[in-house]
This record gives sequence, C-alpha cells and structure tokens, in this order.
Amino acid sequence: MAVPTTIWYLCFCYMPMFGVLMAFKNFRIIDADRSFFYNLLASKTTGLANFKFLFSSGYGGDVIKLTLFYNVIFIILGIVVPVTLAIMMSNLYSSRYAKFCQTLMFLPFFMSWVVVTYFVFAFLSPDKGLLNHLLPTMGMETNDWYRKPGFWPPFLIFLNTWKGMGYGMVVYLATITGIDSSLYEAAMMDGASKWQQAKKITLPLMKTIIIMMFILSVGGLVRSDFGLFYQVPKASNSLYAVTETIDVFIYKMIKEQPNPNMGAAAAFLQSAVGCALILLSNKIVKIVDKENAII
Amino acid sequence: MKNINDSKTYEDSLPKYNRIKPLTNSLFSAVFLLLAACCVIPVIFITIISFSSVKSINSIGYSFIPKAWSLDAYIYLWNNIEMIGRAMGISVFVTITGTLLGLLLTTTMGYVLSKSEYKLKKFLTWVVFIPMVFGGGLVSTYNVYTTVLHLGDSVWVLILPMAVSSFQVIICKTFFKTTIPQSIIESAEMDGASQFLIYSRIVLPVSKPLLATIGLLLSFAYWNDWWLSLMYISNRNLYSLQAVLMSVERNIEYLSQNANTLGASAAEYASKMPKESMRMAMAVIIVLPIACAYPFFQQYFVSGLTIGSVKE
Repeated sequence: MAVPTTIWYLCFCYMPMFGVLMAFKNFRIIDADRSFFYNLLASKTTGLANFKFLFSSGYGGDVIKLTLFYNVIFIILGIVVPVTLAIMMSNLYSSRYAKFCQTLMFLPFFMSWVVVTYFVFAFLSPDKGLLNHLLPTMGMETNDWYRKPGFWPPFLIFLNTWKGMGYGMVVYLATITGIDSSLYEAAMMDGASKWQQAKKITLPLMKTIIIMMFILSVGGLVRSDFGLFYQVPKASNSLYAVTETIDVFIYKMIKEQPNPNMGAAAAFLQSAVGCALILLSNKIVKIVDKENAII
Repeated sequence: MKNINDSKTYEDSLPKYNRIKPLTNSLFSAVFLLLAACCVIPVIFITIISFSSVKSINSIGYSFIPKAWSLDAYIYLWNNIEMIGRAMGISVFVTITGTLLGLLLTTTMGYVLSKSEYKLKKFLTWVVFIPMVFGGGLVSTYNVYTTVLHLGDSVWVLILPMAVSSFQVIICKTFFKTTIPQSIIESAEMDGASQFLIYSRIVLPVSKPLLATIGLLLSFAYWNDWWLSLMYISNRNLYSLQAVLMSVERNIEYLSQNANTLGASAAEYASKMPKESMRMAMAVIIVLPIACAYPFFQQYFVSGLTIGSVKE
C-alpha cells in the first residue's frame, strides 16, 4: 500500500537529490538522446570551481548576505508579532469580537503572492496608484515606487509580517486557549497583575510551540520566498540590489541568463546549509531542553 | 465584592475580576480593528477598482470612490470567456485531481507508517523524513522534471510535484496512531480482512476531520499555485487562472510600454481594453472563492496544526 507514495518520493524527491552532483560538475549536454543523469555523470567534474566562480563573481556573497538579512528579521518578527498579538487577543473582553478580527486577519494567508502583487500595485502604481494620488494632497512628493530601492526592504518586511501574522496568531492562540484557567485564577488570588500573568504563566507555557516554530523557521534561514521578492516588486531591475535573494538568483540562473552550474552551486549551498541549520538548531534545543526537540 | 462568600456567584464572576483594564481593552480592540482593516481593505480596494470605469481610472487613478462605475471589465472578460473559461477549467481540474491524489498518497503512507509491527516501517520513516531536511535544489529538480520525467508543458506537472508533503504524512500517521483504537484493527485482521479493506472501510471513515484538514490544505495550495506554471508551463492552453493573472500583468505592461514606439495601432488596441479594471477583475475572480470559503474552513487549518504537533 505504501508503494505508490514511495514511488512518488523516489521520482519527486530522491531523483533531484542525485542532481546535486551538478554543483560539482561542468554540466554539458553530451548526448541529447540520453537522459539527464547520463549527461550529468559524463560531464566533467570540476570540484569546487562552480562555488569559486559563484563567490568570485561578486554575486554569491551579496545574494547570501541579503537573504540572511531578510530572514533574520522575518524569523524574529514572525515569532514576536504573532505571539504578542495572540496574548493581546486572548485578553479581549468580547470573544466574539476577537474571533471576528482573527478571521479577517487570517485572510492574507490564503492569498497567493501573485494576487498580493495586484494589491500592492493598486496602492503603489506610479501613475494610477492610490499613494501617488494621495501624497500630493498632503503636500508630499510622489514617487516612482518601483524604482526606489530604499523603500522596499521595510515594505517587504511589512508584507511578509502582514501575510503571516494571522496564521501565526491562530497557532499561538490555540495553545493559549489550551492553558488551564485555574492557573490564572490562582495567580490572581496571589495578586498577580494581568501583565505578570502573561509573563509568568502564558509565555512559559507557550515555550514548546514557540521553540517548534523557531526550529522550523531556522531551517529556512537560507531560503527566500520567491513570490515576495520576485513577483511583488514586479521583477523591477532597479530593485535587484534589495530583492535579489537566493531563490531569485537561482531562478534567473535557470530561466533568464542561463548558467545552470552557478545556479546549481547556489542551490546546493542552500540545501546543505538549510539541512545543517535544522539539525544544528534541533541539537542545541536538545541540549538546552531535551523535551522540546522535534527530531 | 458583596457576594464573595457565595461560592457559586464568586466562581462565575471570577474572570470578570481577572481581566485587563477597560482602557487597555479598548486600546487592544482598536489595534485589532486596524490590523483587520489592513487585511481586508486591499481585497475591497481591488474589487472597487474592477468596477470602476476606464474614464474614472484615467482621471483620478485607482480610488475607493470612483467617479463612475462600470461593468466593462467583466464584460470584456466574458467576451474572452474562451481564455478565462479554459484557465478556470485547468485551475478547477488541477485543484480537484491534485487534492484527491494527494489525499490518497498521503493517507496510504500515513496508514502504513502508523502500523508499529510493519517490518519496513523504519525504512519508510526515513524515506519520508529525509526530504523534510534536504532537497535537491531548484536546478536539478527542474532538470529532472523536464528531462527525466518529461513533465514539462503537461498538466501533470501542475499536479504531481505538490501531491505529497512529508509534514502531512506525519500528521496522518500521528492521527491514525492516536485516534483509531488498535483493537478494532486487530479484530478486523483476525477476521481476515485485508489491509486495504481495513484502510478503506475502517480507517478512512473515522478520519473525516483529518481528511478535511489535509484536503483543504491541499486544495488551497493547488488553487493558489503559480510557481509550477511559471517554471514548467509555456503552452498558453495549460495556463491556470493564477498563471493567466501573471502573464496578463506582463503583457499589459508590455503593451503600454510599447504603445509609444509601435505606433497608433498598438496604442489603440491597448486603449480600447479596460485593462486596468480588467486585471483587477481577474484578481477578484481568483480571490472571491477563497475569501468566501475560508471563514468556514479555518478551524480545520488550526486542527491540522494541533494534530501535527502531538509528538510520539
């Protein structure tokens, strides 16, 4: 019964894994009639040449730095914002109002980045956008937003938080509602304020789920959301300095300025570092707090 | 505080004493109102734009209060029903087939892994686990899909790669293990029922919440996918709604950019189309089904997460 799924895993996960060899080869189609794997094995092995080229071209370093920069901020905000909001929401008087807001805030999670691109364009379009029509009425200057690199990093961070906050909030809220209410009652009897209760009861009891979400996100430290960085800024050339993260780079290496070897080197780096990060963060959690490790 | 000795009243009123100050509550409520507005307003905004007249958009740009309303965008889309209809067909087909296939592959694997006495269990657990931490990377994935599996430009490339995710297999395994009484399965085995019979007659019928959760995760993922189209599809007949939306964005951009250099005919063509409202109308067509459906389904997303977080 497990056969179909195992075959699926072989085709769609394990076969591409052998392809990582490409990162260490100078891949050429030697015999067009034979398969990718034949050509791959027959191509000349060049060792670390692709990696050297990746970094000496000046590209690699910048791309990785940019990816790390965004991801560190994303990971921190991706935990701090939803946790804060979840605690705030659990304290609202009216649970119906809380439920209502929670539902509305979940909406962006279900939108694809292509659709979000349209949302953004409605506000930022240089000639028709709402922003450029409103700013002059407030005495400010209009801008060609899609050519203004300084504007995008904070904006992309905002968008990423905006899209993920509803989902994160629901995850953490599920944990908070599972907390035994007698704990709060006891704390209240002892004269603890709501702030102290949140700090001393709610947060510590959310530790497991926060750590789990953290491990999962740390593995993505070298990954970047292609939709956010390529679609939303409309692949604008003048923004590449602030949007060319690793996945955008690899995509360009396949589709736009084909250099599959360099792309493969970057992709291998991404996979290997991502794997190491997950295992490492899990290991650290295991040492610090054995119960919370996920693997 | 008068009734503090009356235990019943006291118990009931306790949460009332133990809560944030009214001022803080109003403040928090306001914050959430603002955030909720941030999430909903873009959808309302593009809907309004899609119903704005070309004239209004040309004179005051995208606005919440257009000068004139019009159905031109939707009429134009209706006249191009062939293109839109086909894309809708592809989207619906991919979503339904993908969800069913995904459910089948995920639950069969989950069921096998949930059987502790199965001898290949350890091996299969590794098969499922490794892709969670390591992947082949985009370049080799692209090459394998197109040159080894020959999936480029076929509808299957939109379906197969997303059918299984290890995370969901593990959710399944945990669910089967924790909620289905082992004794029922054992007694069915005693009666000589085959594993497939047990899976289809006993396991699946009692796992409806799980099937709903995973089915929804899958169908939202398929409906929203544009990445596979972008990578592997160049044949316009195989464009899904998301892919059409993506290409319309580029082509309109292309038309308006080239209008000056190509002379009057292209400019004329571009100006006749209610292009601004039309593309927003397309986005509305994609967003609306989701926006209407998700409030009813969101509980399943939550339960999916909570089932998955149970550790062995």
